[in-house]
Amino acid sequence: MNTKLATILLLASATGLAACAKKAPEQLPPPPETNTGGNTMQPVTTTQPTGAQVGTQQHFAGAVGSSTTIYFDTDRYNVDSQDAAALQAQAQYFARYPQITFTVEGHADERGTREYNLALGERRATAAKNYLVSLGVDANRIAVVSHGKERPVALGSDEGSWAQNRRAASVIIN
Amino acid sequence: MKSLMLVALMLTAAMPAAAMAQDLGAPVGEDGPVETTATDPSQAQTEEGISFTVTDESAWSDIGIAIPAFATDRERATPANADGTGALGREVARVITANLRNNGLFKPVGPDSLPQPAFTQITAPTFSTWSGRSAEMLVHGYVRARDDGKLVVGCYLYDVALQDELVRAGWVVGPADWRRAAHKCSDLIFARLTGESPFFDSRIAYIAETGPKDRRVKRLAVMDSDGANHRFLTLGSATALTPRYSPDYSKILYLSYVDGNPRIYVYDIGTGKQTLVTENRSPTIAPRWSPDGRSILFSMAVAGNTDIYRVPATGGTVVKLTDNPGIDVGGSYSPDGSKVVFESDRSGSQQCYIMDADGKNQKRISFFGGRCATPEWSPRGDQIAFTRIAGDFNVGVMNTSGGNMRVLTRGWQDEAPTWAPNGRIIQFFRTEKNTGRSGIWQVDLTGQNERRLPTPVDASDPAWGPIRP
Repeated sequence: MNTKLATILLLASATGLAACAKKAPEQLPPPPETNTGGNTMQPVTTTQPTGAQVGTQQHFAGAVGSSTTIYFDTDRYNVDSQDAAALQAQAQYFARYPQITFTVEGHADERGTREYNLALGERRATAAKNYLVSLGVDANRIAVVSHGKERPVALGSDEGSWAQNRRAASVIIN
Repeated sequence: MKSLMLVALMLTAAMPAAAMAQDLGAPVGEDGPVETTATDPSQAQTEEGISFTVTDESAWSDIGIAIPAFATDRERATPANADGTGALGREVARVITANLRNNGLFKPVGPDSLPQPAFTQITAPTFSTWSGRSAEMLVHGYVRARDDGKLVVGCYLYDVALQDELVRAGWVVGPADWRRAAHKCSDLIFARLTGESPFFDSRIAYIAETGPKDRRVKRLAVMDSDGANHRFLTLGSATALTPRYSPDYSKILYLSYVDGNPRIYVYDIGTGKQTLVTENRSPTIAPRWSPDGRSILFSMAVAGNTDIYRVPATGGTVVKLTDNPGIDVGGSYSPDGSKVVFESDRSGSQQCYIMDADGKNQKRISFFGGRCATPEWSPRGDQIAFTRIAGDFNVGVMNTSGGNMRVLTRGWQDEAPTWAPNGRIIQFFRTEKNTGRSGIWQVDLTGQNERRLPTPVDASDPAWGPIRP
């Protein structure tokens, strides 16, 4: 089961890379929003959030920064190295607070048909969940939900906005 | 029926919390078939076979049709119109005129610019009045209120040049259903002049959209084919998507996030109750009816992978139809129920595939470049409409082997085609760049007569039901 999925993920990342390599670099999508110190992995131990309670999204975001969310290429759902770093930060946080359960929300950009995007969001959220499980997070702590293209965070109809909307966001719901 | 509505009202009043949890509004209640009647016994006309041909069928879209106000035998009060049956007759003629004009069919002239025929002229038109107005066709009709409160509506089509009757029909409707008689009359005219099957007396389920792009409120809604009799069925606290009317209009399949996850519900229009399409922890999306209404296709993601399943409409054993690591989603039955067209990205991108109804013999049919999504089989069986993705999103049609592909629309994002019951017109929804505003549009099979449907708020995911009995 896990090996089968891992194979699929590997295959997908291989095709994903191939597709990316072939794609003409007309314009690279800008990096996802960098609100708290860029895309580098945020060391969890050094960040002591003040104010926010353990078990809230604020506390989680305060601890891992922008690593609450990972981003995908068009129609892809493979976890790339940047995503892997973010998910490692998440896994460390969830290892430190084992009582916390959370939901991975999968999303797609608006440039896809509605039903396909629901299925794609499910794939992306599941890819993120599987990676977290491979890092030792108990699968029973992780719920998955797809919102397809129904809940964008960036509102433009341009490559930069779409890149921000193709995402899997870990959300702590109290 | 009345007592049912009353019970439903009491229930909603007594349990507002429960109603909120379900996100459901008050039930609409079911409606039955329209009773056909002899056009009018008082006219003492025997029904004769009609064997005339239209003067020039090739140019029917240019045919001028005069549609004066329908007459009434006796001015009476009716709940259908505060001003009585005479005023109602004018409204009926207006609805017919709007139907024929809005769909780019013929050149109708309505009651507001025409003389009003007397009741006795309905079966004996004064043709000289109409030939002088360059009308080639003439529609006459009447509205009569019966003692039991029901309305009898008669509809007659005449060829002005031949001075002959082409077709006639009559219907008995409740006052609330008077527009259906106007649609039936529109269908009678359309079918007689074009040789095509009718479509006006049909309904559309869709999603009404309000609010900003990142917090869109999406409600299940229904309306007549001309946008009238609009109703919201859900309250908007949970996102509703992708409705489908059952072939008999008694139920609607749709997706709701009411429990936080995307799940398909079967909403019973008569009772206002809904049930899950299948009891399963996995998310279910993309619901579809079989043509006989006995089976439901849906797509379900298990461990992240979406495949297509079938379940009896009454519940029971779920059968898995596709088994593939790619996304298999949607599906649309051929009219005879023997095959299903669906989309899959198993080749690396969304393409359209056909399989037997039991899932066997899956084969790709779209090879024209770009992507093929949301395929919908025409009710006539010979065409498949789909969303073509090649840069922009547009509505395309192809034959059932994937050949003769034609792109019918030119919007930035035109998505999710649905067929008129007669397979001549396609509705879809168009989303605006940046704003995310959406509306329902329609175009006919030739790519002509594109127009936006009037809806009270933004609209998407149209699903056109069959012709009503």
